[in-house]
Amino acid sequence: MSNIVVVAEARGGKVKRPSLEAVGAAVELATSASAKVVVVVVGNDLAPAVEELKTSGAHRVVAIESPAFTNYSGDGYAKALMEVIPGLDAAAILMPHSAMGKDLMPRVAALLGAGMVSDAIALHFEGGRFGATKPVYAGKAYQKAMADKSPFLATLRPNNFEAKPGSGSAEVETKAPSFGADQLAAIVTEVVAAAGDRVPLQEAKVVVAGGRGLKAPEHFHLVEDLAKAFGPGKAAVGASRAVVDAGWRPHREQVGQTGKVVAPTLYIAAGISGAIQHLAGMRTARCIVAINKDPEAPIFKVADYGIVGDVFEVLPALTKAIEAATKH
Amino acid sequence: MAAAFSRGRGNPAVTDRLRARPMNIVVCVKRVPATDSKIKVAANGVSIDPTGVEYVLNPYDEFAVEEALKLKEAAGTGSVTVVTLGSAESQKILRDTLAMGADQAVLLRDGGTAHDAYSTAECLAAHIKTVPHDVVLVGKQAVDTDNGQLGPRLAGLLGLPCITEVLKLTLADGRFTAERDIEGAREVVTCGLPAVITTQKGLNTPRYANLKGIMAAKKKPLQEIDAAAVTPATTVTSLAMPPERPPGKVLGEGAAAVTALVDALRNEAKVL
Ligand SMILES: Cc1cc2nc3c(=O)[nH]c(=O)nc-3n(C[C@H](O)[C@H](O)[C@H](O)COP(=O)(O)OP(=O)(O)OC[C@H]3O[C@@H](n4cnc5c(N)ncnc54)[C@H](O)[C@@H]3O)c2cc1C
Ligand SMILES: Nc1ncnc2c1ncn2[C@@H]1O[C@H](COP(=O)(O)O)[C@@H](O)[C@H]1O
Repeated sequence: MSNIVVVAEARGGKVKRPSLEAVGAAVELATSASAKVVVVVVGNDLAPAVEELKTSGAHRVVAIESPAFTNYSGDGYAKALMEVIPGLDAAAILMPHSAMGKDLMPRVAALLGAGMVSDAIALHFEGGRFGATKPVYAGKAYQKAMADKSPFLATLRPNNFEAKPGSGSAEVETKAPSFGADQLAAIVTEVVAAAGDRVPLQEAKVVVAGGRGLKAPEHFHLVEDLAKAFGPGKAAVGASRAVVDAGWRPHREQVGQTGKVVAPTLYIAAGISGAIQHLAGMRTARCIVAINKDPEAPIFKVADYGIVGDVFEVLPALTKAIEAATKH
Repeated sequence: MAAAFSRGRGNPAVTDRLRARPMNIVVCVKRVPATDSKIKVAANGVSIDPTGVEYVLNPYDEFAVEEALKLKEAAGTGSVTVVTLGSAESQKILRDTLAMGADQAVLLRDGGTAHDAYSTAECLAAHIKTVPHDVVLVGKQAVDTDNGQLGPRLAGLLGLPCITEVLKLTLADGRFTAERDIEGAREVVTCGLPAVITTQKGLNTPRYANLKGIMAAKKKPLQEIDAAAVTPATTVTSLAMPPERPPGKVLGEGAAAVTALVDALRNEAKVL
């Protein structure tokens, strides 16, 4: 029986949630392909992460541990994976489409001589072949591709697959790489966390985004207040390109084709017109809310719920209502 | 550039010239539909209908070309070679990069193969191995397939370090230091040369080709070679429009609609 391998991402002793989603997706795929799920995690001091992965739904956890992996190295992590993966009988290899996944998995795919679908939103097993569907042309179309050889690799869009934490009890194996830090070519020397303990935009369950309708940068506290109302660690602030270009908000908050792609459970667009390039970054959100004073604004075409109105009036009222709703 | 100046004492320009080492740079570029194109699925159900679509140089590749020109200028000597895997239709974007200032271009003819990320990387790596490359620059992703695979794939095949989605790049003492955004943080990464770098918006401001550049581009070498024969590892089985989102509801006007919204989010959409 073959295996579905998930490469999990651990940072600061914690397994990143998108990795648990990838395990969830792998468990489902393994059911249809009658395979087992093996999670591989690379890093240093992995014990807490391994503890978490034990009950992620996987059958087996392989930890590749070394002080050399305290910081990320694309070539180092790939080399470590290549010491383990060939022995795992992998039919498919999955990882989140995170900054690390995007950097690491194509390299592993190349070393394996394998095909890969990036930013997958659905996985397939049909007639003995693995494959995936992904948005292409900035989300204007969906492309389905099937693998012609094995293994098949995919990176999975965060927030799109369901994590099933607290299930199963995996056997654990810890390995050391055959090489040390002197073998790493590219190394991370510094990680500068963004100010505060904000939730990363792509991992937030809720994104509250503001656009030119906010009129001036000093009004963005209305957007921030609403995000805060959802409670700590829940919501992130997003922005349209218009307000990023105007210097009101940092580029890291930009949602859209030239910004970040997000797929939160709830996306609230306030004073954003809904240009096609903005939609590219948020149209796979589970639920979209639009607040705009123009009833003809294109954002209403993709919104599940809309309020026609002035953000200066609606946002404070909504903040109060959400604060009240999240209290019980 | 600060990077070049930091190499020696005395008159930086002179010292730099004395120590100059040619910087040979390969830039991979792709021809893609302009981002404001209307996308329609072709009758074959696996590719787009090119009718009325304007094709351009992939926007992220403009940053790669610009960075290549800056690196060569800072080194004072070297060459910028632009490579694409495609058909004769890609000559236009190659000329565009020559007009920006690249020295020479190579068209790897794909012979009509529908390449995927795997075979694209194999073909390009096979060529790059045959030419001098201190740096390989590629866009962070092509805006047609939105793959973002080529950079790290090439690095894997060439056995080189790779830094992806770079927002800031400096070269000092023969090493790159780069900054990139990860979830909730900024990462600083270093590596030696040769290396593969993928370019993110914000790295630089691509120059426009001036008339002189456009004239000069016509005389610059554009070589055409048959690409290595590589069979893709995946097959596209369908291309479709994204499922329509079911028509939404406008719940009302102004603050009065907030109660209805919270109720819908809680009880209907169940997202609170
Ligand atoms: C190549 C390319 C890439 C791009 N990439 C991106 C991208 O990544 N992300 C992105 O967002 N855009 C991107 N754009 C830009 C995009 O086309 C739009 O220009 C941009 O999204 C508009 O931002 P906006 O909605 O904030 O502003 P506008 O389009 O000006 O919309 C403002 C909206 O606010 C409403 N409004 C005004 N006042 C109020 C009020 N008091 N209360 C309520 N509503 C109000 C208006 O009715 C209007 O609908 C890109 C464009 C190009 C060409
Ligand atoms: N056919 C191609 N020829 C040359 N370069 C390419 C080709 N496809 C992709 N690239 C380069 O690889 C980058 C990432 O592309 P992709 O991995 O397809 O998203 C692009 O920005 C280009 O720099």
